[in-house]
Amino acid sequence: MSALLSPIKDVHSERRLFLSRVILAAVVSILLLGAVVGRLIQLQVVDHELFAEKSQGNRVRIEPVAPIRGLVFDRRDRVLAENLPAYQLELIPEQVDDIDDTLNRLAAINLVEFEDIPRIKDLSRSGPRFKPVTLRFRLTDEEIASFAIQRPRFPGVDFKPRLVRHYPDGELISHAVGYVGALSTDDLQRLDSAAYAGTSHTGKTGIESSFEADLHGDAGYRHLIANARGRQVPSDTSELLDSLPFDETPMPGANVYLTIDLDLQRIAAQAFEGRRGALVALDPQNGEILALISAPAFDPNLFAVGMSTSQYRELSENPDRPLFNRAVRGTYPPGSTIKPMLALAALETGATNLTRKTVCHGYFQLPNIEHRYRDWKPEGHGPVDLHDAIAQSCDVYFYEISTDIGITNMHDYLTRFGLGSATGIDISGERPGLVPSVEWKRSNFRGDDRRWYDGETVTASIGQSYMLATPLQLASAAAALATRGKRYRPHMVAAVEDALTGERRMIQPERLPDVEISNDFYWQTVLGAMHDVMQGPRGTARAVGFGAPYEMAGKSGTAQVVSIAQDEEYDDAELEDRQRDHALFISFAPFDNPRIAVALIVENGESGSGVAAPIARAVMDAYLGYGDDAS
Amino acid sequence: MRLSETQRMFTDKAAPLSDFGSILRRLHIDGPLLGGLLLVCGFGLFILYSAVGENNRLLVNQAIRLGVAFVAMLIVAQLPPDFLRRWTPLGYLAGLVLLVLVLMIGEVSQGARRWLDFGVRFQPSEAMKLGVPMMAAWFLHDRQIPPRIGQIAIVAVMIVVPTVLIARQPDLGTSLLIAASGVIVIVLAGMSVRLMLGLGIAAIPGALVLWSFMQDYQKQRVLTLLNPDSDPLGAGYNIIQSKIAIGSGGMFGKGWTNGSQAQLEFLPERDTDFIFAVLGEEFGLLGVLTLLALYMFIIGRGLFIAVQARDTFSRLLAGSISLTFMVYVFVNTAMVTGLVPVVGVPLPLVSFGGTSMVTLMAGFGILMSIHSHRKLLPH
Repeated sequence: MSALLSPIKDVHSERRLFLSRVILAAVVSILLLGAVVGRLIQLQVVDHELFAEKSQGNRVRIEPVAPIRGLVFDRRDRVLAENLPAYQLELIPEQVDDIDDTLNRLAAINLVEFEDIPRIKDLSRSGPRFKPVTLRFRLTDEEIASFAIQRPRFPGVDFKPRLVRHYPDGELISHAVGYVGALSTDDLQRLDSAAYAGTSHTGKTGIESSFEADLHGDAGYRHLIANARGRQVPSDTSELLDSLPFDETPMPGANVYLTIDLDLQRIAAQAFEGRRGALVALDPQNGEILALISAPAFDPNLFAVGMSTSQYRELSENPDRPLFNRAVRGTYPPGSTIKPMLALAALETGATNLTRKTVCHGYFQLPNIEHRYRDWKPEGHGPVDLHDAIAQSCDVYFYEISTDIGITNMHDYLTRFGLGSATGIDISGERPGLVPSVEWKRSNFRGDDRRWYDGETVTASIGQSYMLATPLQLASAAAALATRGKRYRPHMVAAVEDALTGERRMIQPERLPDVEISNDFYWQTVLGAMHDVMQGPRGTARAVGFGAPYEMAGKSGTAQVVSIAQDEEYDDAELEDRQRDHALFISFAPFDNPRIAVALIVENGESGSGVAAPIARAVMDAYLGYGDDAS
Repeated sequence: MRLSETQRMFTDKAAPLSDFGSILRRLHIDGPLLGGLLLVCGFGLFILYSAVGENNRLLVNQAIRLGVAFVAMLIVAQLPPDFLRRWTPLGYLAGLVLLVLVLMIGEVSQGARRWLDFGVRFQPSEAMKLGVPMMAAWFLHDRQIPPRIGQIAIVAVMIVVPTVLIARQPDLGTSLLIAASGVIVIVLAGMSVRLMLGLGIAAIPGALVLWSFMQDYQKQRVLTLLNPDSDPLGAGYNIIQSKIAIGSGGMFGKGWTNGSQAQLEFLPERDTDFIFAVLGEEFGLLGVLTLLALYMFIIGRGLFIAVQARDTFSRLLAGSISLTFMVYVFVNTAMVTGLVPVVGVPLPLVSFGGTSMVTLMAGFGILMSIHSHRKLLPH
């Protein structure tokens, strides 16, 4: 209230100050609105003719033109992904009065699924209102005919020709090439909106996703003449077109050439018929992936054409998980397939030598501990040396030397072969797997479990004890064995080709650090033992290698899905099918000059040498030209 | 009919006019301001009819919204300025609490959290459009004018807190307008010109630092706004089409409901943010100058009321409300004519949609209250 009592002089000066500020504000206001008036005079009087002409020639619509997506080829130039013409149903949001009503009526005549309506409404709100939203990606001839009759009932909805991504070999290449799917609202926020104006699909997995930037290209645009009802009229009937700015032609996407061999891919896929699992075959001399299979697979055309919500649910909720890429994302205990690598580690660190022999009685015990670590062969292998331990896959020999190698050396050598970290393959989503170590256990467990126990070292020697690897990693490790330590980064893309100039950018193999072993004789012993796995008199997979016209090497593995308690009988009849052991196999051929390395897993296949090895042989036969249908 | 009525008004003018005047006075309504508002709204409905494609349902819808807004104005006009001033701090605090609540439990719609739903759905940020200038004016009311730097800093905090809360929703457009309404109070209160210039110069390095922290895509967005032709399919499309619409209107326009840009739907958002372009196309320079003149009249009347007001609170508040209205008009018309980047600000009293209409008219109610209660209290 003191303000009311303050001297009158102040009140007067305050009023004067306020008045001067109001005058200032009024002047600023007049200047600002005067600027708008000036602009209006410029637009409506000075440049009126120009804009009048533009609006006359308006009826001009700028329409984005999507680029043609690059093609994908296999290593022998066979098409894996192409573009085929099809009719799609589109809706232009700004031309539709009541989107809900229109969609419901379209659903009533089965042109749209009721379940898809929320997704479509979401899309129609996210983009500019003049940009068409696709309701259905491929209409059948009957649907085109039935919509053509009813078209007057649906202003703003029309069908339009476009190119649909097509994978001629569908399931066969689904996990390698991946697929394109309709742009989602998330994609629209992530991608460059100018380059994707007019584009409806984007790569979602595999090569389609990782080479999206090359495959997609850049949008162009053209100017269209529309009549008074807003519908497009053919541009060549109008002389107005000459006064328009030039159209910009889209830049087509680049073609991508893969290292994949479609024939080999087919042979491998056939071998997996009715099974779950994965296979990776690569060229050990450069890391090129020759085949990449994950079974069961799915038809990527479903994603490219667009499927209903129920179709998608069926795929995504299938217990066999067809959408899951086991080759790069499936991690499994590698089992005995790591024995050759551990043998090298043992020789190099002096944990064993080439003459040491042990007598295998079918089990092994650590000093002062009751627990029996069993061999897969209950009666034992008898006297074995390192060669026999690999060729016959004797577990006891490895149990015995395991604590002398030690978990730290195991971790060290397996890591050099590329296990435990992503290989860096040129498709995304790869899992790193796991090679356990003392530090790893200390930082991932609590209390007493933080310690690394000797017993864990024992089971680690046969690829159990937390150890996990992807089929891709095992293939890469098999390749490193084949080349006696030379390693290349696995990759699937050989070249990217500019669609306009035909200029090819070759992708050079990337050399990785070698696995260095001091004595070449160690390599000879270990690889010789792997040779005898398949072609020696007592090899575990000798039945598979028998009678082959070339020399090969391999190693089987079996990975437990459930752990068996002590003294409990292993009775596989009682086990659910999905709890049977996984069957693994790694191999390479020809023995003296390896050209292919293969790793695979058959989920619940039980026997590495009996179930997995024959698939590896079939793939190697085909690639080396000894297959059934070899020409 | 009409002729005879007019005749009667001229021949028999004394009695009905003074009756009319006394009714307005008793209702605390300012005749000139009411007249200006009615003319703008009437003109607005006329344009809107064409802009919504001659859709009667939408037109009636808008007329009802206008009616509600006028009633709100009428109610607010009855509240004396002293009453408004006494309740300002409480109202402001309540507004802050609601803004915090919005961020915590507000309804999400189109990616932003702006609404509260306690049986009635409302946007607390709307209330703050009046709350912020009122609070600033309340604080400066019984202090020496011009304010000292310390006091300006306190008012700045009162402005910044709700501005930041609203920007977080996110609703950048509204938060900037609210900040502007508070800053206008400080400027009207007589902040020294030297200080204003100093802050303005200090803002330049600030903007440069902000630019260096922006992501590439954000920079790209700003650059597109500044040069729409570089992105004819995206943000630039609206501006290109709106310039064609206005420019092709010429001096006298293409005639009501005859604008090809608007009617063929080349002009996006023709019934909301871009309705000024419909006016420019169909009524030409003559039409837009008429509307701008009406706006100027309303702003001028508001500033006149501010100068006549009896105390600091009323003066500052009336001045801020009038000038904020001017900012709305300027930002929208400058945006539609391509003078400033596209920001989503509707053309006040004309654009379709009603959320901000009530706030706007309540503000005019305050102006009327300030003017009409002036003589009832000792000077």
